[in-house]
Amino acid sequence: MQPRNVWQAMSRTGFVLSSWPWRSAAYLLTGAVTGAVALVGIVVSAVAGGVLAVVLVGLPLLVLTALAGLPVARVERYRLRMVDADPVPGLHRPPAAPGLRPWLATRLRERATWRELGHALLFAGLLWPVDALAVTVGLLLPLSVAATPLLMATAGDGREAKVLKQWTVTDWPAAFGVAALGLLLMALCAYVLGVAAGARAELTRLLIAPRDAELDARVTELARSRVRLVDAFEAERRRIERDLHDGAQQRLVALAMTLGLARLDAPPGPLADRLAKAHDEAGLALAELRELIHGIHPEVLTDYGLEAAVADAADRSAVPVDVDLDLPGRLPGSVESAAYFVVREALANVARHSGADRAAVTGRHRGGRLTLEVRDDGRGGADASAGSGLTGLADRVSVLDGRLSLSSPPGGPTLLRVEIPCERTDRPAPAAPCA
Amino acid sequence: MRTDRPPRARRSLRVVLAEDSVLLREGIVGLLDRCGHEVAAAVGDAPALVAAVEEHAPDIVVTDVRMPPGFQDEGLHAAVRLREERPALPVLVLSQYVQRAYASELLDSGDGTGVGYLLKDRVGHVEEFVDALCEVADGGTVVDPEVVRQLLRRRRDPLERLTPREREVLALIAEGRSNGAIARALVVSEAAVGKHVSGILTKLDLPPAQETHRRVLAVLAYLRA
Repeated sequence: MQPRNVWQAMSRTGFVLSSWPWRSAAYLLTGAVTGAVALVGIVVSAVAGGVLAVVLVGLPLLVLTALAGLPVARVERYRLRMVDADPVPGLHRPPAAPGLRPWLATRLRERATWRELGHALLFAGLLWPVDALAVTVGLLLPLSVAATPLLMATAGDGREAKVLKQWTVTDWPAAFGVAALGLLLMALCAYVLGVAAGARAELTRLLIAPRDAELDARVTELARSRVRLVDAFEAERRRIERDLHDGAQQRLVALAMTLGLARLDAPPGPLADRLAKAHDEAGLALAELRELIHGIHPEVLTDYGLEAAVADAADRSAVPVDVDLDLPGRLPGSVESAAYFVVREALANVARHSGADRAAVTGRHRGGRLTLEVRDDGRGGADASAGSGLTGLADRVSVLDGRLSLSSPPGGPTLLRVEIPCERTDRPAPAAPCA
Repeated sequence: MRTDRPPRARRSLRVVLAEDSVLLREGIVGLLDRCGHEVAAAVGDAPALVAAVEEHAPDIVVTDVRMPPGFQDEGLHAAVRLREERPALPVLVLSQYVQRAYASELLDSGDGTGVGYLLKDRVGHVEEFVDALCEVADGGTVVDPEVVRQLLRRRRDPLERLTPREREVLALIAEGRSNGAIARALVVSEAAVGKHVSGILTKLDLPPAQETHRRVLAVLAYLRA
């Protein structure tokens, strides 16, 4: 198996002759260069920002300085691949919406940004000279020792050469002896380079790409896939509704119409009676199909939004329902849908179990949060976990980072509350899910 | 209430029909034709509906709610727009679903006369459908009994002030029936119906004005309650 990182490589034979020492040297060398560039960049933008801050122009520059960690960390994560084959996940969340403002808001609020700024400062201030030193000691020193015969042949005119500017050799055997020593030193320094690069890589990983992040990333990915799943489920419901509406329902209407016309032509008698029966059956089938489609995904929710759909659900309730909603505009499709089905399930439970004479639905959207409450004056004692449809709905709400709570002491009253964070959208059509 | 006699044609209407399902469109054209009405144009989407009305200046427009291109409520919105431009144009909207929001939007357009909102199923009841069509063409207001039934379940102010009998009468008014027809349906005298109607109008705080207009307002109050 190929070694995954420089530490594993060093523990094996043949390290000295492998590419790993050179990779380590390249890592340290590019580190020294990157660090120096980062230092200059940060100092220049911080100083310029600080000076110009007096006339306000500098403020964006200061913000830019605060974000300096981002590009540095990006380069560092890229460089890390030279000596570490494990994945290097970034810690940033994708911004909530496209555009510069949401991106800035997300970046400035998340911890990863400040962590990366800290890393950039440490890197620019302290680490790159260490990189430079390690590369000098580990690469240049043995190279220059090994190059003694070459020095003697060129700079020393075949008579003398200085080893590390300290010792002088004056004859060829000594020069080649020193060169042999240099090669030995190179082998030793390969380990020095490996240790330095390995330590640097570990530090970088710790600061800007901790291995825990892999777990975090997986959790994030899981959460996202859950949202996608709910959205797909939602889209599927809409598709089924549309298919039934455009297909079976239209055909049934056409059938009822044909039967209706046939009845007009049929002379009174057994045929007319049978036609009448068939006509009525077609009517019943249509009514049932309509209810079914309404249960899958009500059209009014798509066309008019949550407020109208809840009013509609209240209309259909067997128990009188007072509706008090103040939800101007539209909310994301998945939120409207989840909230609507919660209300409908709650009203169905009120009618089935509560024995209430009256129920009330209130709804507000304040401070980026949709809050809906369904209360009734029934006997209480409802249990969300007792196999009611509410458990599934609670899951659905939690996918949207929302909460569903139920308070139903014996004797009542019952209060069901759902809260979902969401922003208003001004979409005219049933649009994309709010992932 | 169906009989075996052929549907009566009070007068021949020129109809512009908008329905995206070819099957239904052809069916309704055949049905109207059979009942002595002329379909000037039968189209499949909302823009074509507006264009057809421009071209043919029909006696009445019959349209589906959901149509291309968006398959939402294009038909309804086209109907509302048409009525804004031509308040006298009678419009009958067919919907697969009973939706109070649709009915309100439609009845709010113009002064609420010459509009109808029916469940699509009603085209199966040929006679009732054609009666409703003529009613709307004559400036009446027709609301599907199913909408009315749904509204009756809501026991909220100001309708709570009405007696059950008055609510029944109001439901029948909403279906576009005359006092005489209501009297027949409830098997009471026409005078009794008249008393109920004035009771309703008073309880709903409707301003004294032309009787028909107040009746429409009563229906609107009913729908918006």
